[in-house]
Amino acid sequence: MGNPADNIIRFRDSTVRDFTFWRIFDIFAIVVGLVAITACGSARETDVILATTTSTNDSGLLDVLIPDFESISEFNIKPIAVGTGKALAMAERGEADVLLVHAPTAEKVLVESGVIKRRSLVMHNFFQVVGPENDPAHVAIAVSATNALKAISETDTLFISRGDDSGTHKMELALWQAAGITPKGSRYQESGQGMGATLRIASEKSAYTLTDYGTYLALKENLDLTPLLGEDRSLLNIYSVLELDGDRFNNVNSAGGKDFAEYLLSPRAQRLIETFGVDKYGEPLFILDAGTSESELVR
Amino acid sequence: MELIWNGIVQAFKLIFHLDSELMNILWVTIRVSGTATLVSLLLGVPLGALLGTWRFPGRSAALSIIHTGMGAPPVVVGLFVMIMLWRSGPLGGLNFLYTPWAMILAQTIIAFPIITGFSMAAVAQIDPQLRQQLLGLGASRIQALRAVVQEARLPLLTAIMAGFGGAISEVGAVMMVGGNIKGETRVLTTATVLESGKGEFGTAIALSVILLLLVFGVIVGLTVLQQRNRIT
Amino acid sequence: MTSSVVELREVKVERDGRTVLDIQHLQLELGKTLTVIGPNGAGKSTLLRVVGLLERPTHGTVFHHGEATGDGKQDLILRRRLAVVMQRPFMRNASTWDNVATGLKFRGIGGSEAKRRVGDWLDRLGIAHLADRNARELSGGEAQRASLARGLVLEPDLLLLDEPFAALDEPTRLALHDDLRNILQKVQTATLFVTHNRIEAQTLSDELAVLMDGNVRQAGSSYDVFYRPNSEEVATFVGMENIFSAHIIEQSGGLAAARVGRAEITLVGSWQQGDYVLLGLRPETVQIEPVKGEHTRLGSTNRLQGRITAIMPFGGQARVIINCGFPLVSIVTQQSLMAMRATPGMSVLATFQTAALHIIDRSRQRVTLTPTSRPDTSKP
Repeated sequence: MGNPADNIIRFRDSTVRDFTFWRIFDIFAIVVGLVAITACGSARETDVILATTTSTNDSGLLDVLIPDFESISEFNIKPIAVGTGKALAMAERGEADVLLVHAPTAEKVLVESGVIKRRSLVMHNFFQVVGPENDPAHVAIAVSATNALKAISETDTLFISRGDDSGTHKMELALWQAAGITPKGSRYQESGQGMGATLRIASEKSAYTLTDYGTYLALKENLDLTPLLGEDRSLLNIYSVLELDGDRFNNVNSAGGKDFAEYLLSPRAQRLIETFGVDKYGEPLFILDAGTSESELVR
Repeated sequence: MELIWNGIVQAFKLIFHLDSELMNILWVTIRVSGTATLVSLLLGVPLGALLGTWRFPGRSAALSIIHTGMGAPPVVVGLFVMIMLWRSGPLGGLNFLYTPWAMILAQTIIAFPIITGFSMAAVAQIDPQLRQQLLGLGASRIQALRAVVQEARLPLLTAIMAGFGGAISEVGAVMMVGGNIKGETRVLTTATVLESGKGEFGTAIALSVILLLLVFGVIVGLTVLQQRNRIT
Repeated sequence: MTSSVVELREVKVERDGRTVLDIQHLQLELGKTLTVIGPNGAGKSTLLRVVGLLERPTHGTVFHHGEATGDGKQDLILRRRLAVVMQRPFMRNASTWDNVATGLKFRGIGGSEAKRRVGDWLDRLGIAHLADRNARELSGGEAQRASLARGLVLEPDLLLLDEPFAALDEPTRLALHDDLRNILQKVQTATLFVTHNRIEAQTLSDELAVLMDGNVRQAGSSYDVFYRPNSEEVATFVGMENIFSAHIIEQSGGLAAARVGRAEITLVGSWQQGDYVLLGLRPETVQIEPVKGEHTRLGSTNRLQGRITAIMPFGGQARVIINCGFPLVSIVTQQSLMAMRATPGMSVLATFQTAALHIIDRSRQRVTLTPTSRPDTSKP
């Protein structure tokens, strides 16, 4: 039974344990409350939303450019890698401040509608038609991209399309149109995914696909695909930086967008782009275009 | 197989070298999912306790909403949150889009119904007469509710596990509203998607292993807590 | 009226259109214990909840300390002057000490005051050695002691006991009865004790109310209720197993002869010849003896010759059914049966004092003569 004094000593610690769940709960509630009060408005005035294509982000180019830009600028870049179609849609709604995209025809529509104040070429490379090594459609000897697509559609080989309204997808659709073919049927499949996933699907299925050069270079180790056609003027892949017209939208950080666009065109950034990929792939991924006009390039 | 093994080796290398990028991703992951779980807990436990003990008109409608929320596709949640947070959207003024707050918001919306539902089930297991007894000992309604929840604390840990698991394993919604920005809104799941998209399968596997270890660690911790408090 | 802790006036509780409780007036006073007995479903728990402010009556008013209740905020203050002890102890998953301190915590009483009171009541209920044990690990009796301590530690003006002994085994229950009775004599509390077990009814007080179908059918001392039930239903419930109607055939002085079935009995009082009267007789008052000599009419003792039809032992006693022109139930010790070598079929004399006959209804004829369906007294 023990004497009551013993009990009182023992009682002391048992009271501390009681209702521990709520003690912890209340402490958490206070902490979260304080954090919520102090942390409101975490987005900074200096944030610049860069809507861009997956290829620039996945290749690692932005990982080089953004820290360099931020080291000399007051602005912070928030790259949102969404694909060109989505990036242009974001621009239309004023949800981005600056764009780095590669679908010239679609870009020009926004320039004409006034959403984009200024469009400048940054760099280019070439799209590639890649496919199985045995090349049943003889794409490698086609005289042009449109001929290659015609040849593919006439054989029994699969073609994997991005199907995601990205810049690459837009280019592919433009090529089909130029070839006068409406792609359909079971031999034309849409992956609905990014370039990397699409390349892997094409590799697994021994199919043809259209890819940007950078992503193909990065992934080719793990792919059973051969580059068959590139360097064709119709396969030009032109990346442009687009500045939004700040007067059209309330919240667009047009100053930050302008600053980043000017940086991309500066000798400092162009030097970084020029050498990007050399150490890893033995060749640069992009060719500089700053100051070039589109007509010069296409000629 | 070799790829997986190399990934695991790489995972441990990254962990032991305290790779700064990884540490940042880990920190963002824990901060975002931890806060989302905590907020869901603070809202979900009292609501679940109320729904579990209080019979009121419209209760079954409320239950249906919670149960739908428990099974709501995260991508739908992400889309909804994104539209709300757009600059042109109703909550655009918060400037939350592409910040960790947007991710916390999305994960909270995902975890909150899970925690509410589990809390409700946990509290419903408690004999309703206990509440009568507590009121008969002079408890106010709130005190009685808290004491009933205190009794349900062990099953409630399951609610925390489920909620945290739902939040941290989410990828579609946080990708949409967070933007997967390096150093800011990149979490383990979105980083894994990015790395596998880039073809960096080794890194992707390493990140998955780390994510698994993190979830495993949290679940083990909560389970130990649960077992230690259980009486036979 | 300062000592009135609780008063119910014209209180009615309706559930799904059915009246489950209908109390004209009921009052509890400080230092007194009212025991409410009644069969299951009589409304006892509802009464307790209404008195304990856990349920609001559909009609009527509950007064606490002379104040009308019904206002949520005020009710909490009043609720904190009472304590409920339920049939099952409902211990929280915490130490016994913490469980006993639960009500104090709700009232914001902690520190040395809580330690003193909890320690004191654990001691008084003999469970101080279990203070640190998880209350879920206590035995039934220990847990019920903890539950009582949890209520008493609040030093309530009003203690509501809802069959707190029902789930306990016999020796545990008896020990707890004694302890609780002693405690209740020392504290200044109004106590409402509710039970369906009539054997338990007198353990805590001598003030009884019989609740049936939501109504108080009879209130009074335990002797009144058990020996002078005012209706056939109450008589049945309190264990007055012999209920029969008698037809007066002869009046002589202060005594009358009456026919019951094929037998003739003597009863006290003056009657009109030809009257029918409903009588009750507790089986404990009926003795059995071997047949000897003549049986005399119109005496202070009724002696009826009959044959034992059944012997049903329970505990140290046995219920014996004797057919003596009508079936008569007697409860006697097993020892006296052994001494007589009583067996079914044996001829015996059933005897009872004329004064033991209770007149339930002066002018009612009962159609059947079989023993009434009786609650099983062999079970707690």
